[in-house]
Amino acid sequence: MSELPPFQRLIDEHAAEVMAVLRAAVGREGAEDCFQDTFLAALRAYPDLREDSNLRGWLVTIAHRKAVDFHRARGRNPVPVAEVAETPVDGPEPRDDAVWVAVGALPPKQRAAVTLRYAADLPHAEIAAALGCSPEAARRSLHEGLKRLRKELA
Amino acid sequence: MTKLDASIEKLRQRAAAEGLLDVAYTRTDSPFGTLLLATTPKGLVRVGLPNQDEEALLEELAAKVSPRVLESAAPLDEARRELDRYFEGELEHFELALDWSLTGGFQAKVQRQINRIPYGQTRTYTEMAKRAGNERAVRAAGTACGRNPLPVVVPCHRVLRSSGGLGGYGGGLPMKKALLALERSVALDERPQN
Repeated sequence: MSELPPFQRLIDEHAAEVMAVLRAAVGREGAEDCFQDTFLAALRAYPDLREDSNLRGWLVTIAHRKAVDFHRARGRNPVPVAEVAETPVDGPEPRDDAVWVAVGALPPKQRAAVTLRYAADLPHAEIAAALGCSPEAARRSLHEGLKRLRKELA
Repeated sequence: MTKLDASIEKLRQRAAAEGLLDVAYTRTDSPFGTLLLATTPKGLVRVGLPNQDEEALLEELAAKVSPRVLESAAPLDEARRELDRYFEGELEHFELALDWSLTGGFQAKVQRQINRIPYGQTRTYTEMAKRAGNERAVRAAGTACGRNPLPVVVPCHRVLRSSGGLGGYGGGLPMKKALLALERSVALDERPQN
């Protein structure tokens, strides 16, 4: 017999955070679709989840995957523009986008570690749990990912 | 409604459309306080009385029916309407589909017999034991009344002691007394006048 809490509790406790993670990762417009995809995927898989799972880490990991899917789909179908604007657009989102596109291009483990650390604010131990590796390996992935990002965005 | 609430509402609708809403629950007002109502696609599965712990009820549903438990009012609109009319004395027989998943064995037999007691009438625990097929299991019949997952709708308040005493009630004896009084007064009103 399952001892998982009622799914509503996951929504009550983590929906706001998942939305914040997704806004950081894909921007305001993409976040709504990714939010729906994240919670529907979670709801589908929920009855088979191990009882001792870290529910917050699990949800954030799904959100991360949906954000990567989003960037991948957008990368494959770039929006055509007549001419490239000379002046940068105001506001932080385009700059955030550039960062997250670069994050999306990282190798999977590094990408996951960076997103979980900075978009979801998970500590190393929870990143390790979400990725199924040791905290030391999670720290290494994060370090490698950040080094690469610095080079990409410099 | 905040933007997040709107997103959650959309999620509820999509979950229902995709068959992922195994248990929907909501709260409704009654003259006795807030009731918790829960339904599956099969029918009403749980009525929580005002003095019962909501978290414990939801955890029981997650463990025994499905952990896909979501707060969602729409699937319970009909149940709410019928309960409102019942408490107004305007409805004597619930038409709701019921889901008996939370019960089984002898208890389920007793509870199904309870569901057949007509409005405004009462039976004894002994009679219920007998109707469920074991007239010596009076104590078990009492337990089955106490563990009725669908109080009010399945009218365990209509079961009394053979001595005429009230017996027990999950929602407290004042509620049991009030429900019996409500039904008695409606039944009296309906007697042919001369």
